[in-house]
Amino acid sequence: MNKSLTYGLLLSILMVIAPHADHLPLWVSSLCVGLLLWRAYLTYTGSPLPKRWLLMLITVASIGSIVISFRTLFGREVGVTLLMLLATLKLMELRAARDAMVLIYLACFIIITNFFYSQSIPTALYLLATLMVIVTAWVHLQAQRITLMPRLRIAAVLLLQALPLTLILFILFPRVQGPLWGLPQDAYASSGLDDKMSPGSLSRLSLSEAVAFRVSYPDKIPRRDQMYWRGPVLWDFDGRTWTQGRTVLTITPKFTELDQPIDYVVTLEPHNKTWLFALDMPGKISLPATLSYDFQVLNKEPVNARLRYAARSNLVYHANLQEATRQIQRALQLPKQFNPRAQQLAAEWRAGSKDDADIVRTALSYFNKQAFVYTLEPPLLGINGIDDFLFTTKQGFCEHYASAFVFLMRAANVPARVVTGYLGGEFNDIGNYYIVRQSDAHAWAEVWLADHGWVRVDPTAAIAPERVQRGLSAAVSDNAALPFMARNPPQWLRNLRLNFDTLANQWNQWVLGYDTERQFAFLTRLGMESITWQKIAMDMVAGVGLVIALFALFMLRHLFVRQPDKVQAAWLKLCQKLAKAGLPRAAHEGAQDYAARIAAARPVLADAIRDLAARYSAFRYGTLNDEHAQREFLQRATALKI
Amino acid sequence: MLAALRQRFRVWLFRPKIEHGTVILTQRRIFIIPTKQGFTLAFVLVLMLLGDINYNLSLGYVLTFVLTMMAVMSMLHAFRNLAHLEIRAGRADAIFSGETAQFLLHFNNRSNLSRYQLCLIKTGESFWATSPLSISFDVPARQDSGIAFPLPAVQRGWLALGRLTLYTEFPLGLFHAWSYLHFDTRCLVYPQPLNEAPLPFGNSPDGTGKRSITGDDDFAGLRKYVSGDALPRIAWKAYARGQGLQVKQFSTPAGEELWLDFSAAPDRTEEEKLARMARWVLDAESQGLRYGLRLPDGELLPNNGIAQRDECLRRIALFNLPQQIRT
Repeated sequence: MNKSLTYGLLLSILMVIAPHADHLPLWVSSLCVGLLLWRAYLTYTGSPLPKRWLLMLITVASIGSIVISFRTLFGREVGVTLLMLLATLKLMELRAARDAMVLIYLACFIIITNFFYSQSIPTALYLLATLMVIVTAWVHLQAQRITLMPRLRIAAVLLLQALPLTLILFILFPRVQGPLWGLPQDAYASSGLDDKMSPGSLSRLSLSEAVAFRVSYPDKIPRRDQMYWRGPVLWDFDGRTWTQGRTVLTITPKFTELDQPIDYVVTLEPHNKTWLFALDMPGKISLPATLSYDFQVLNKEPVNARLRYAARSNLVYHANLQEATRQIQRALQLPKQFNPRAQQLAAEWRAGSKDDADIVRTALSYFNKQAFVYTLEPPLLGINGIDDFLFTTKQGFCEHYASAFVFLMRAANVPARVVTGYLGGEFNDIGNYYIVRQSDAHAWAEVWLADHGWVRVDPTAAIAPERVQRGLSAAVSDNAALPFMARNPPQWLRNLRLNFDTLANQWNQWVLGYDTERQFAFLTRLGMESITWQKIAMDMVAGVGLVIALFALFMLRHLFVRQPDKVQAAWLKLCQKLAKAGLPRAAHEGAQDYAARIAAARPVLADAIRDLAARYSAFRYGTLNDEHAQREFLQRATALKI
Repeated sequence: MLAALRQRFRVWLFRPKIEHGTVILTQRRIFIIPTKQGFTLAFVLVLMLLGDINYNLSLGYVLTFVLTMMAVMSMLHAFRNLAHLEIRAGRADAIFSGETAQFLLHFNNRSNLSRYQLCLIKTGESFWATSPLSISFDVPARQDSGIAFPLPAVQRGWLALGRLTLYTEFPLGLFHAWSYLHFDTRCLVYPQPLNEAPLPFGNSPDGTGKRSITGDDDFAGLRKYVSGDALPRIAWKAYARGQGLQVKQFSTPAGEELWLDFSAAPDRTEEEKLARMARWVLDAESQGLRYGLRLPDGELLPNNGIAQRDECLRRIALFNLPQQIRT
C-alpha cells in the first residue's frame, strides 16, 4: 500500500474520531490516537505491520476495558467506541485495497454517529471538510499514481456536484417520522436539568454555555422577575439530595383568580426528559402534553428532537387553594436526624410568628441580613449540610439557598417544596427572541399558604437580587469561574454572538427541524398544490435527473469539441489559398510532393513553399514540437502572398 | 433457444467485429455497470438512511444524500474517463515463441481532461486477479500515449491481439465502465530456436557448400555499423582511429554460400527441424555468412544482413501453416 494513501486514510480516521474525544472516556481517545501514531510511525519507517496475535491481544484488551469502563456492551456510547476501535485496528492491518475500502465506509459511518451529539453549523462545516479528506483518499485508492493536486480537484468536483443534488434531495425526500424501532436508553444525550438536586448540581450546570431553549413573545414581554421557567418539582429530601419522589395522585391542578395572560413560543433543545418548560402558571399548550399535580408540563415522550410549542401562561394566579392532605403531609416531611441547629432555628421562628406568611418573611430577612455570599464555588459541606451552610460557610449557589429554605420551612411546619428550572435569559435583539442557556438554570422554593395556595419564594433573590434582575454574571462576584460568554462581554462580541445565535436558530428551525410538517409548509410556500408524498418523490426524481443531465452536458461537451491542431489548421488554410489560385492539392499528394509541384508551377513561390512544406512535415511526422518553431511556422504560413 | 437469444442480444449490444484504423470511443461503445463495491456502498447507504430516519438526524440525511449523489456522479465521471478517446493499433515487433509480444496501442486524448487509471485486459480474463495479461495506465490531457500490451506467444506463426477490454473504475471504484477493442493487429512469432545447433557446413545437397569457418579472411573492406551486426566483426582498430563504428566485410566466394536446408536438419518432427533452422539462421547471421534458405515450399537465395535474417525467420515461422493464418 502506497505511503501517502496510508497517510490519507490515517487523516480520514483521525478526522472522524476527533469530535468524539469530547464525550468518550479519555482512555478511548488516547488508545485511538496512540494506534494512529503507531501506524503513522510504521508507515514512515516502512516497518512491517504488527503481528496478528498482537492485534488480537489489543482487541481483547480494549473490549475488556469497555466492559469495565461502561459496564455494558450495548448502547450508543459503547457502539461509538467499538466503531472507533474497529476503524483504528483495521488501519493496523491495512494490506489490500479491500481493507482500505472497508475503512472508508467505516469512516462514513462514524461521521453519522457524531450527529447524535451535535448537529450545529460548525459540525456541518466540519462534515464537509471530513468528506473532502475521505473522498480524496478514496480517489487515491482507485488511482494510486495520481498526484495530490488532481486528486484534490477530482474530490472537490465530486463534492461540489453532489451539493446541489443533495439540496434537492434534502428538500424533497419524503420524510418519515421516526423512530422505526425502539431506541436504546442512552440513544440521546441528556443535558440540562435532572430530576434530582444535590449541592453542586446546578452550579455545575451553570458552567455550560449550551442553549436550553429559545423563546419568543409575539405580544408582550414579561418582566425579568416573572421569567421563572418551571421544570422538575422536587419533594423528597434525604438530608443531601432532593428528588421528585413517587406519587400515584392524579389530581388536576386548580388555578383561580388568573390574570396577566402571556403568549410565547418555545423552541426546546432535546434533553431526553419528558418535561417541557413553561412560565408559571401554564394554561394552554399546543402539544398533547399533560399538566401534573405539581404544575409541571409533561410531554408524552422524552424530548429527543428539537421541539416547538406555543403556550399561554398567567403570571398572576392562585394555585391549588385546596390542596390534598396527603400532599400537605408530603410537603412537610423531613429527615429529622440531620441538621439539628436548622430545626432548632425553625422552631424558634415558628414560636415567634403569628402565621405561615410571617415565617416566610422571617426566613427571607434572615437570609438577607446574615452575611450570605452567592458564589459558584462554595466550600464542601459535611453530613449536616444545611447546618454547615447556614451557620458556618454561608456561601452557596441557588440550590443551597433553595434547599436550606425549604428545609427551614418544613421544620417550621410550613408546607414547601423545591422547584428547579430556568430564570431569565438573554435577549437577542437581532432575532427578537430570548436565549435561555443551561447557565440560566435556577432553583427556587414554593410554599403553600392557606389563603394563597402555592406561592413562589426565591431565597436567592434575598441574597443576590441581581441574579433575578440582571442574570448570573451580575450576581456572581467571582467572574472568572463563569463560562467566558456568561461574563459581561464587550458589545461587539455580544453582537457577534447574537448574530451567530440567530443563524443557529434559523439552522435549527429549517435544517435540523425539517420534518414532514415543515416540508409540506415549505413546499406549499413554493407554490406546490395538493401535496402527496408520491408527488414529492416524482418531483425529486425529476429534479435530480434534470440536474444530472445538466452536469452531463457540461462535463461531456468539451470532449466533443476537437482541439484543432494549429499547425494543421494553418497548413490547410494555405492549401485553400493555393487552391483558389488554381493549384489545388490532390488527395493523394503529400506535403513535399505538393510543394514540389507548386515550385515547378510558380517558381516565385518555390523557396517559401518548400520551406513551409518541410517544416510542416517536421511537425506532423517528425519530432519537432517546439513553441518557438511553431509560432514561426504560423507567421510564415499566413504571411505567404500568392 | 434462450442461449441463442442471449447470444444475439450480446451481438446486438456489443457488436463484436474486428476493426482497423482508429477507433473513437463514442457513447455507443461504452458500457457501464455498478461494481461489487458499488453494491456494498448502496447497502451501507440504506443502513445510514434507516439510521437517519430512526434517530431523526437531519445532518445524517445530508451526509447520506451527499454520498449517494457523489456515487451517482461518479458514474458520469467513469463514463467520461473513457469517452472520446481515440485508439489505434500500432506495430508489434516479431518475437520468438516463448517470449512476450508487445502490441503497441496508441491512445490519443485530444481533450483537456487527463484520463486516469485505464485498464486493458484480454477479454474474458478476471478483473480481480492481477493477471499478467492486464495493464493499467494514465493518458494525460492532449497527449498521444503509446501503450504496449503484453501477450505471451506459445507457438510460431501469427499471434493475433484478439479482443481486449478497456475498462476503468475511476474515480470511486463504484462503477465499471468498459469498451471492447478488437483490432486486426497481429504479431509474427518465430519458432523458439534450439539452444545450440552446429551450422550445416558441407552438407549442401548440391555439393557446392564446401567451406570452412576460416573463410572469413577474404577481407573486402569496411562498412558502417548497423545495429544487429555481430560484435566480432566490428573493426575495433578503425574505431580506435576515430573513424566510428565500422564493420569488416568479407567477400565470400560464390561457392562458399551456406544453404540452410530443411531436409538437412537431423530432427524427426517438423517443429524440431524448424527450431533448428531458426538457430542456424541466427548463427549464420551473427557469423556474417551468406546464407540461403531451402524449405520444401520454396527457397530463398543466399544473402546476408538483417533483412535476409528476418525474411528467413519469417518463412520458417509461417512454414506449412494453413493458408488463412499465413497471410
